[in-house]
Amino acid sequence: MSMTAPDLDRLRGVAAPRNHDARTIAALTANPGCARRGVMDAAGVDKDAVARHLGFGVPFGQSQFAITRGNTFEAQVKADGCAELLTLLRDRLGLEVPEVAYDDLGAVGDNEGREVRHARTRKLVQRALETGEGTLFDHPLLRLDIAGRPAYLEPDVIAFQLGGRFHIVEIKSFAVIDGQAEADQVAAAARQSAVYVLALRRLVAELGHDPVEKVAHEVFLVCPENFSNRPTATPVDIRPQLAVLERQLARLTRVDTIVAQLPEEITFDLGEALEEAVRTVEARYAPECMSSCEMAFFCRAEARACGATGALGRSVRDDLGGVDSVETALALAEGVLEPSEDLAETAEQLRLAARLRREALAGVA
Amino acid sequence: MSTLTSLAQLQAVASGVAQPLATVRHCHLAEAPLVMVPLKLAGEAAAPLAVMLGSDPGSPTLLVVPQPRNRDQRFAFAADLARVALKYIESSRGQVEELPPGKEGEERIRYSDAPQLLVPNRGGVAFLRMLGRSTRFRRTDGPYAVEPSVPVLGRWLTWFTDRYDHPGSCLLLTMTETLRLHWATGQSALEDGNLAALVGWIDPPEGLTGPQAAALAEDPLATPPAGPTTDPGFDNEVLAPAVAAYDAARGPARDRAEERVRAVLETQLAPTWELMWRAVGLLRGLPEGASVPQRWERDRDSFTYFHQTFGEAYPQARRDSPVRAAKRLHDMERAQDAYDAQRAFDDPLVMAEHRLNGLAFGGEVTGCDPTRKDESGKRPKLRPHVWVRTGDPVRLDPGTTVCSAANPKIKGTVVEIGPDGAVLVELTGGMGRKLTPEPGTVPQVGDRVVFTSLTLGSFGPSRFPDKENTPWTHGGPPADYEPTDDDAAEDWS
Ligand code: SF4
Repeated sequence: MSMTAPDLDRLRGVAAPRNHDARTIAALTANPGCARRGVMDAAGVDKDAVARHLGFGVPFGQSQFAITRGNTFEAQVKADGCAELLTLLRDRLGLEVPEVAYDDLGAVGDNEGREVRHARTRKLVQRALETGEGTLFDHPLLRLDIAGRPAYLEPDVIAFQLGGRFHIVEIKSFAVIDGQAEADQVAAAARQSAVYVLALRRLVAELGHDPVEKVAHEVFLVCPENFSNRPTATPVDIRPQLAVLERQLARLTRVDTIVAQLPEEITFDLGEALEEAVRTVEARYAPECMSSCEMAFFCRAEARACGATGALGRSVRDDLGGVDSVETALALAEGVLEPSEDLAETAEQLRLAARLRREALAGVA
Repeated sequence: MSTLTSLAQLQAVASGVAQPLATVRHCHLAEAPLVMVPLKLAGEAAAPLAVMLGSDPGSPTLLVVPQPRNRDQRFAFAADLARVALKYIESSRGQVEELPPGKEGEERIRYSDAPQLLVPNRGGVAFLRMLGRSTRFRRTDGPYAVEPSVPVLGRWLTWFTDRYDHPGSCLLLTMTETLRLHWATGQSALEDGNLAALVGWIDPPEGLTGPQAAALAEDPLATPPAGPTTDPGFDNEVLAPAVAAYDAARGPARDRAEERVRAVLETQLAPTWELMWRAVGLLRGLPEGASVPQRWERDRDSFTYFHQTFGEAYPQARRDSPVRAAKRLHDMERAQDAYDAQRAFDDPLVMAEHRLNGLAFGGEVTGCDPTRKDESGKRPKLRPHVWVRTGDPVRLDPGTTVCSAANPKIKGTVVEIGPDGAVLVELTGGMGRKLTPEPGTVPQVGDRVVFTSLTLGSFGPSRFPDKENTPWTHGGPPADYEPTDDDAAEDWS
C-alpha cells in the first residue's frame, strides 16, 4: 500500500471506492494534467455521483438498440466455447491453433471476491506460462496499480495463448466495412486494449517471466464484417497507445504531492461542502473532457464562468500563446493592457489580428 | 485555426453572438437544394431509421422504417428514397450547354445546373456513404432481387459522397461545416458540431443570447440531436416501445402502430428540418464569392460526366485501384490549394490570414511613378514603381512575385522592404500593352492596396499513368471491378 492511501480514503468520504475499468483507465490518459481528476480518480471517488450531486449530471447513457446489438454479437462469437472465434483465428489469421481449451474465469456465484478471482486468473496464467496449457481465457480478472492503489479490471476480453505467448482479443460490435472501420472507434478500442496488455504484462512480470516476450503488443479486434453479423478479426499494433498509457500512469503518481497540499478537512462526501471541495482542487478543462470525464459539464461551466480560453479548445489557447483568460486576451488585442515581457510577442500578434479584422470588416460596410 | 479565428471566437464570447469569419459566401447555394436529415439505428453500421427530405421547406417528405431490423423494410425504404432523390437529380439538370469539341474532336456538353444535397453534419455524409455502399451492388434479378432504383440510388449516393471529399465542391455540403466556414462562435469545435447550438450562436432567437440559445440546444428533450444518431433517452423511452408495439400488432392495429413510429420519429426530425432551412437563409444573406460560379462549373462538369456515362459504367469499386487512389489524392491536394487561394482573393477577411502570416501586405500608397520604364533591354518596358506603407509583418524576400489582391492580373515584384514598413513594388504586368498604363490599373497615392505572393495558379492536368500502365509496384493494371453474386447477396442485417 502506498503512503497516500489513508488520505485518499478520507478524501473519498463514506462512499465505497469506485472500480476502474479499462475505459476509465484509458480515459485517465486523456487529460493527465488535471489535478482534480487525478485526485478524484486516485481516491476512487464516484465522479458521476459527484457531478449529479452538483447538478451537472452527464446525460449520456446508451441506447438499448446498441446494447442489444453488442451483446448479441459477443454471445455469437463466444458461443460453443468460442467456436467462431477459433475459426477466425485459424482461417483468417492463419494461426495454427492446436487443441483448444477454454477457461471461463468469470465470477463463480455472486459473492466471490475480486481477490479470489484475481488469484484464480493468476494461477491459470502461471500454469500456461510454465506448461503451455490452456488456450482461451475468458473474463480474466486483471489488476493494475493506479496511483499506488490496485485497480481491478473486469475485461470483456479473452486472453488467447499460443506457444507460450498471450494475445488480447477484444470483441467490438462496430462494423469493419471493406477492411475499414471508423477511426475513432478503432482508436478507443486500441486505447482500452493497451490497458489490458499492460495489466497482463505486469502480471507476467510478477510471475517471473519476460512480459514483452510473453504478451504480444498485437491485439486482435473482432468486429462484424461489412453489413453482416459475421465476425472478422483484425490485428492491431497497440505499441503507441501502450507508450502513452505507461507515461501517463507514471505521471499520476504525482497525486501524492497534490494531496499533501490540500486542506486537512476536505472531503468529496456528497454533502453541502462538496462544491467547495471540488473547486479547491485545480482543474484543467478542455473540450476533450466531454468524452472522457464525468465532471465535464461542471468543469466546463466553471471554465466558462471565469472566462477561460481553454473552454474554446486547446488550439485556441495555443493560438493565444497560452493566455488563459478571454478578458486578458481581448484587452491585449485592443491594446488597453500593457503586456508583461513574456507576453509581448503574443500581444503584438493579437493587436495585429484585431487591426486586420477591423480593416477587412470595415470594407463591407 | 489561427490567431485571427481565435480572436473572432474571443469576440464572440465577449459579445454573446457569433462573429463573421467571411464577408462573402464561399459556397454555391442552389435555388432549391435537396435538404436531407437522415437517422440511423444506434449500434448499426447502416440501418436506416428515417429520413426527412425535400427541397421545399413547407413540405418535407418523411420516410420511415417501422422495424429497422427488417431487411425487406430496409430495401423498401431505399426504394422510396430512390424515388424522391432520383427525381430531384433528374429535375436539376437545367439546359444542355454545348461546349467547344474536345482534343479528339469529341462532342462535349455541360448541364447548366446540378443537384445539391445538404445534410446537417459529417455523420450524415458518413451515413449516406454507408447507405450507398450497402445498396450499389444489389441485383435487380435473381434470388436477392431488389427494385431497380435501389442500386441506382446506391451509385448516386456514392458519387455524392466522393465529391464531398473534393475541396471546394458544393454538390454535397454539411451545414455545420459550411456555417463554421463563415462564422466563429464562443464555443469549441466540439459544441459547434451541434447544429442547433451553432445556429443558436449565429442567430439567437429573440430575447436570448448566443450562449443561452446554445445551452437550450444541448438539452436533447428541448432539441433533438441532428442525427444520424438518435438520443439514447429517446431510443429507450419512446422509440423502442413504439417499435415493439408495431412488432406485436396485427391487422389494422399494425397500421396504427406504424403511424405511431412515424409520429415519434417526426418529433425528432422536424426541429432539425427547420434549422436546416434557417441556416440556408443565413447563408443566403451573404453575397456570393466571386470564384463560386467557377467551382460550381467544375461540379456541373462532374455531374454531367457521371450522368452521361451512368448507363455504361459499373458501380464504383469497393476500393480505389492504386493509380486511381494516387490520382485522387493529387487532385484533392491541388483542389485544396486552388480553393484556399480563391477564397483569399474573394474575401479580404480570408486574405487577412495571409497578411497575418506575412504572405500578403496591405496599406496606403505613399509614392508612385506610374510611367516609369525599364530601358536596360533592347526595347523599353513599362515598369511602374509603387511605394506602400504597411503595418503588416511582411515576410517576402526582395524579388518575390506578387499580385494585387483586388485585381490578380496586376503583377509585380517586391524590390525592397524598408525598416519603417515601406515596401517598394515594381509592377510588371496587367497594365495593358502600351508604354503608358491603362487607366485604373496602377494605384495612385492615397489608394489602399493589398499585394500578395499567393497565386490563383495554373492548375494544369496531372500526370499519372493510365490504368493500363499501372506499374507492377502498384500491382499492375487492375481488373475492372465487376460486382459478383456475393456482392448482390451481401447480408444487410
Ligand atoms: S472534466 Fe474536469 S475533472 Fe475531468 S479531466 Fe476535465 S477538467 Fe479535469
